[in-house]
Amino acid sequence: MKAASYPCPLPHCGSSSEYALTFDTGRTRRILLIPALLDEANRMRRFSVEVMRRLDGAGFDCFLPDLPGTNESTVDLASVTPSDWHCAMAAAANGFGATHVLALRGGGLFWPEGLPGWHYGAVKGASLLRTLLRARVIAAREAGREETADALLAQANERGIELAGYPLSAAMVRELSALVPTPRPGVQVIDQQLLGGSPLWLRAEPDEDGAQADALAAVIAMALNA
Amino acid sequence: MRSETDTLLRKILSDVLGLKPGQADAFDADTGLFGHLPELDSMAVAGLLTEMEDRLDIVIEDDEIDGELLETYGALLDFAEAKRTA
Repeated sequence: MKAASYPCPLPHCGSSSEYALTFDTGRTRRILLIPALLDEANRMRRFSVEVMRRLDGAGFDCFLPDLPGTNESTVDLASVTPSDWHCAMAAAANGFGATHVLALRGGGLFWPEGLPGWHYGAVKGASLLRTLLRARVIAAREAGREETADALLAQANERGIELAGYPLSAAMVRELSALVPTPRPGVQVIDQQLLGGSPLWLRAEPDEDGAQADALAAVIAMALNA
Repeated sequence: MRSETDTLLRKILSDVLGLKPGQADAFDADTGLFGHLPELDSMAVAGLLTEMEDRLDIVIEDDEIDGELLETYGALLDFAEAKRTA
């Protein structure tokens, strides 16, 4: 497991160099993981890396890049839009010579064109935002303030908003709301039933499940070795 | 006998709280939720409500979410049952 970086031209934030966690020994099958988004990224991080360890053990190189504005990135998230994330994942796929993609949850909304792979826990951008808005409304109510998700969304579409500690630009909110998982040739959508257990992104606190990581890595290894 | 909504709601809470199979069977109408379980913060409750909408095929409005709704398992189940028969 090594830290690496990839060059990343961004339409809205200039050029940056972003961090990636990699298992790279120059093997022919090279899998780019696209992380889950925003608050789900924390809860899915350990699972993502556990899957990578198994893929490495099964003989595949794999790469987990940061999305600009998140994790170790030096880019200000408030200036990032979904098209920056799309460009970043295309740049990562290119930079690491990815042959396949494994996207987790909302990460699949930023699929690099033309690559086959697997999308686990597909979700609409609007659903992710709705849950974040709702969390903010509940927290406000606890603090004795009355907010509504509809009013917050209207404000967010105009001026941006901070949700769960993430400063999101108006463009991020508007464009993310419109993104939906698209069926793609060569991409298998993996739902929770295939892995068993319950989804780790739902957990109130970050958790792990080795059996789920085994199952996801096995689906990929069987497909690649078929 | 347990209703379908009851079974589904226990499963959703198990998923959110990371409970082992069977642990949610111990919930009764008075089991405390929001404000009683420290891990059930606003983000977890928001995830819980979104998951209830998806799995129970209901829509939950902002103004329906209040402290009482989330205080006990019984209150949440009554709400879900009423929504599903509405």
